[in-house]
Amino acid sequence: MRGRRKFELTPRYLLVIFTAICALLLACSAFFGTQSNPLSNVTSAVIIPMQKGINSIGNWFMEKSRAFENIKDLQKKNEELEDKVNELTMQNRNLLQDRYELDRLRELYELSERYSDYPTVGARIIGKGAGNWFNVFLIDKGSESGIQVDMNVIADGGLVGIVTEVGDGWSKVKSIIDDTSSVSAMVLTTQDTCMVKGSQKNIVNDYIDVEYLSKDAVVEEGSELVTSNISSKYLEGIAIGFISNMELDETRLTQVGRLTPIVDFAHLQEVLIITELKNVPDISEE
Amino acid sequence: MKQMMIRIIVYACIIIGSFTLQTSVFHFFSLANITPNFMLITVVAAGMMRGRKAGIAVGFFSGLLLDIFFGEFLGVYAFIYMMIGFINGFFNHMFYAEEAVFPIAMVAANDLVYGIVIYFFFYLMRSKWNFFIYFKSVILPELVYTLLAGLVFYFILLWADSKLTTLEKRSA
Repeated sequence: MRGRRKFELTPRYLLVIFTAICALLLACSAFFGTQSNPLSNVTSAVIIPMQKGINSIGNWFMEKSRAFENIKDLQKKNEELEDKVNELTMQNRNLLQDRYELDRLRELYELSERYSDYPTVGARIIGKGAGNWFNVFLIDKGSESGIQVDMNVIADGGLVGIVTEVGDGWSKVKSIIDDTSSVSAMVLTTQDTCMVKGSQKNIVNDYIDVEYLSKDAVVEEGSELVTSNISSKYLEGIAIGFISNMELDETRLTQVGRLTPIVDFAHLQEVLIITELKNVPDISEE
Repeated sequence: MKQMMIRIIVYACIIIGSFTLQTSVFHFFSLANITPNFMLITVVAAGMMRGRKAGIAVGFFSGLLLDIFFGEFLGVYAFIYMMIGFINGFFNHMFYAEEAVFPIAMVAANDLVYGIVIYFFFYLMRSKWNFFIYFKSVILPELVYTLLAGLVFYFILLWADSKLTTLEKRSA
């Protein structure tokens, strides 16, 4: 019977087979993109409910453990917050007056309200990225709630990130602190444009990078950065964070600096998705 | 055949379980925003306890799960985790259920290699040169924390494996 041995699946064959499958998957996803492939639809049907479940259990435990937080801390926090409320009420009153004035002036100029409230949908974060290298997370709303790719995500009045993938009942958001993220931004007061780039290296110190700010721009420490009007994906005027430590870079042509995001990414639980896409006419066709 | 099915189902549950643990958002398990790599522990343990074939299969499907939800392309994590499972399968003959130090040390060593591989492919390729900073802020904390999590998680996996083995022996 020599030469007619039964075929045996050795580990080496298995490795070759699975490597071929990997290569095939890679090629397929490179050609067709990872958008709504049948594989992700099947797996998300299993995984998403489990993640929702484990999260609600986890959050319940966290809330229980938080109930034992020191009462002194809470009192102190309460005092601080009351002060803050008083301060903000004052500020709000002043702002309201400005607002009336602005409305009046706008009427005079017949300007349409550009920064009118964007329509939003609330969502809960149910999972975060693979390992510790990327800042990507999953939310529990998807195509059924009208979410689409490239919609902007906000929380606490600041920019969180952008939707990069949408499934049924879930979508994937890339946050602005992710190492591969870059957002076109401008300084609110002076309208100088720059780029905000996520940084794995610096986010441990609670800041990310600002680049390509014109060397002639005079920007105060702590100025607010908002998404710029020239961005193709981000709606205009969403607050991002505060700028600091500006300096000329090695080329002596642009300034670089640090940006402290408004959003507290470490404790993010709920986000709002702006269900409006930026409509940019395709200039290249003209 | 029935035992084989049971084993596959148990492994599927373990993979999905470690995936949900690793990607869950509540910070029950994470210190300083670093989460232990549960999936790596599962793959290393499968490779060491059951050999190369099991390492390849468990590694491939664990990685594929990560790819589907968090990868830019399908197949990248699947390949990395599969190779980890395969390589650890070579240490199968050195594995004894009574001896826990060696497998847990292997978990730590694998996490170090995994960190370097991820840095190489996803960061160095985008010309982020400062390896030491990434080593200090991501690789090292993850290694320590995976080691700690591995101390507990490994024994759960070992228990599951021994249960399965006795079940198979009894019916054989």
